[in-house]
Amino acid sequence: MPRSSSTLTPDDRLGTAQPAGGGPGDVSRRGTSSAGRSRPTPGATLGLGIATIYLSLLVLIPLAAVLWRSAEGGPGDFWQAMTTPEALSSLKLTVGAAVIVALINLVMGTLIAWVLVRDNFPGKAVVDMLIDLPFALPTIVAGLVLLALYGPGSPLHVNIAYARVGVVVALLFVTLPFVVRTVQPVLLELDKSMEEAATSLGASSAATFRRIILPNLLPAMLSGTALAFARAMSEFGATVLISGNIPFQTQVSSVHIFGQIESDNVHGAAVVSAVLLVIALVVLVSLDVLQRWGARRG
Amino acid sequence: MASSVASSTLTKHAIRWAALTYLLFLLVLPLGVIVWRTFESGLGPVITSLISFEALHAFQVTAIVAVLSVIANTVFGVGAAVLLVRHSFPGKRLLNALIDLPLAVSPVVVGLALILVYGTFAPAGGWLTDHGIEIIFSTPGMVMATIFVSLPLVVRAVAPVLEEIGIEQEQAAWTLGARSFVTFRRITLPAIRWALAYGIVLALARSLGEYGAVAVVSGRLVGQTQTLTLLVEERFQNFDPITAYSASFVLALVAVIILLTIKLLRPKGDVS
Repeated sequence: MPRSSSTLTPDDRLGTAQPAGGGPGDVSRRGTSSAGRSRPTPGATLGLGIATIYLSLLVLIPLAAVLWRSAEGGPGDFWQAMTTPEALSSLKLTVGAAVIVALINLVMGTLIAWVLVRDNFPGKAVVDMLIDLPFALPTIVAGLVLLALYGPGSPLHVNIAYARVGVVVALLFVTLPFVVRTVQPVLLELDKSMEEAATSLGASSAATFRRIILPNLLPAMLSGTALAFARAMSEFGATVLISGNIPFQTQVSSVHIFGQIESDNVHGAAVVSAVLLVIALVVLVSLDVLQRWGARRG
Repeated sequence: MASSVASSTLTKHAIRWAALTYLLFLLVLPLGVIVWRTFESGLGPVITSLISFEALHAFQVTAIVAVLSVIANTVFGVGAAVLLVRHSFPGKRLLNALIDLPLAVSPVVVGLALILVYGTFAPAGGWLTDHGIEIIFSTPGMVMATIFVSLPLVVRAVAPVLEEIGIEQEQAAWTLGARSFVTFRRITLPAIRWALAYGIVLALARSLGEYGAVAVVSGRLVGQTQTLTLLVEERFQNFDPITAYSASFVLALVAVIILLTIKLLRPKGDVS
């Protein structure tokens, strides 16, 4: 969820009330907070222990097993498995499609957020509600209906099934809310007096947008885009039907991995998974950096 | 001046129609197509397909997996949110980052990861199998996969509200002698209830709709480990579109109900 991307930076009130509360975004106070760090209560220590074991069993050990399995034959082996023609073409398609999808989302998501905040028209509340549909609708259902709408026998006479553009459309569907839902709250809180000042000083609306609004929205736009990119990279359910799963043409990496698991090539699956994991990590880290940047500006 | 007003109205309309057209083709028409395709040949076949053994069993499996994973995510989510917001400990940033990790991992990779540890041929999975516990190709694995993919949702819904309410009231309860559990139940829980409900609904939506991770760990055994989403795919591939669309319609209906609930529960003042 886009909303979930907000960091857990404690506000100042909390920071002063709780001297030990060096939060995730709290770089500047680190020096003082470590000096006054109180010992965690026994209850918190127990909770932390349980949470660590839980996360380890569920997330950390399994993901580490994927990395371990991918690396067990050494770097040469890893490289060879990653560059098999099928794996490589799926990775290229996945990254390429995710970049296109992220860019379209950057533009359209911002545009939709703008319309939802600054414009007024009948039915706006319904449109606003519908934005979250891709989060609520199961991805396989999304894939099925997109195939029905834009596939063979399409009521619109558009057939993009079993082609790369079909993959992009499916990814656009599942990633739609990310940019909208990260930009919308920022746009709502944006102080209109800055824009009014710019306009009264003679700035054109394009100049006001470029010089006043865009710089304020940019951190949110970029973090929404990064989330959309990460999601597009990892999507499986929505693409599996509409892509037709044609190797070298429409097979994205997650579908490729699925095929490798089914045909018992666990090492090959683990290698491509490891590549996806590393890209996901890079995106998460850049998101974190972006959010700090946004927090510093805001 | 007049022309600039006219041009700005024109821009406004152009932006509005661009956004709405995009949404029409990407969201509204697909939603309409489900209804159209499902009821194309009347209500009878839809009902027949939904009360078939396979479909009813899929409903049951989906419900069990979703309920168990939502319970686990709720307990973990509230606990982790309290830890992250109210406590300080070494490795806090790492924990914070780890909780978001599942959002960026492909569901298929989640499935593979669980198989590599808990599958019959893995050390841990083999040991468990020897002791009569089967995880992969069975309900526990499907629940684990579902928990994994919906892990951050409750934490991320609750944590901001916990921060916002501050600790004054909790401290007051403390100084008046309330124990931490009582403080949590009487002060903290009521304050976060809407955010918690919101997180639970999001987690439920994700759990009901999970496909990729469950497809890998369930072994897709028809009539055994088949969830509704797996049923949709399997029936569609086996040239039984009526069942595929009927199950999709039910899932879409649930999705719309969830959307309405989200709308009601969305933290006030967050988004118009």
